Amino acid sequence: MVQYREPALDTAFSALSDPIRRGVLEQLGRADASITYLAEKFRMTLTGMKKHVGVLEQAGLVSTEKIGRVRTCRLGLRGLEKEAEWIEGYRKLWAERFDDLDKIVEELNQKEKTHGQKKR
Amino acid sequence: MDKRKDSDANPTKNSTTAERKSDRELVVTRTFNGPAQILFDAWTKPELLKRWWMPKSFGVSFLSCETDVRTGGTYRFVFSHPSAAEPMAFVGRYLEVTAPTRLVWTNDEGEEPGSVTTVTFEERAGETLVVVHDLYPSKQALDDAIASGSASWSGDQFEQFDQLDQLLVSLEPNVGKRPA
Repeated sequence: MVQYREPALDTAFSALSDPIRRGVLEQLGRADASITYLAEKFRMTLTGMKKHVGVLEQAGLVSTEKIGRVRTCRLGLRGLEKEAEWIEGYRKLWAERFDDLDKIVEELNQKEKTHGQKKR
Repeated sequence: MDKRKDSDANPTKNSTTAERKSDRELVVTRTFNGPAQILFDAWTKPELLKRWWMPKSFGVSFLSCETDVRTGGTYRFVFSHPSAAEPMAFVGRYLEVTAPTRLVWTNDEGEEPGSVTTVTFEERAGETLVVVHDLYPSKQALDDAIASGSASWSGDQFEQFDQLDQLLVSLEPNVGKRPA
């Protein structure tokens, strides 16, 4: 299992600590929505909602995309998932290298042993 | 007679871990059943490096492998692949060489400053813990590396790399610096 780096988890948890932001996630779970729509839905100013969405975005929980004049928000765990996938690929690359390295270590170990025995 | 003579039998295969330790750092760890000096040799002597650095499944072969292992010395690995017109080189400089415990080098393929790799070899009771630590110049550099590389990791199959340059770039810890 790939471990997520702690700072990312901290950001995610602090983003989730606010009831409005949890509400926004729930809402986005039903459908993508614009910031204007979310602001109305949660009876907030546009600026206030922008801040909340910013925090969720920072935490990798939401991604936004501006199309024309409308910024659309959607649930977006993709950043973290992609990163976890990449790190797993990276780990496999090293694991494969290290399996070959194991053989060399084994071989040199044997050589050293034989050498050591001759000396004694 | 040692029963572990056959290298195919590998009952005590140790696990490899990889983690993004911070915004700018990747860390890989693995324990080997041998002394630090042997590991250090395998990381520094070309004739040994050539035998493990490039995973076989990549289908890439070494054209040359030069290592001037001393502080300030340089290294240069050149590879070829059947589908590549030009060979590719990985180059850099050793910032610190402390046999047999520590090796630090730069990854200088790209135009921008690359990552710095630190490898430590910690021997304990005949086993050696190897820690590979990559420090990127910025969070952005590592994020970019992950973003550019993620499409090419296809889960288990490294053979499925379809773009050779992506393949080769991802072999270096310093994956972020794609040639401009």
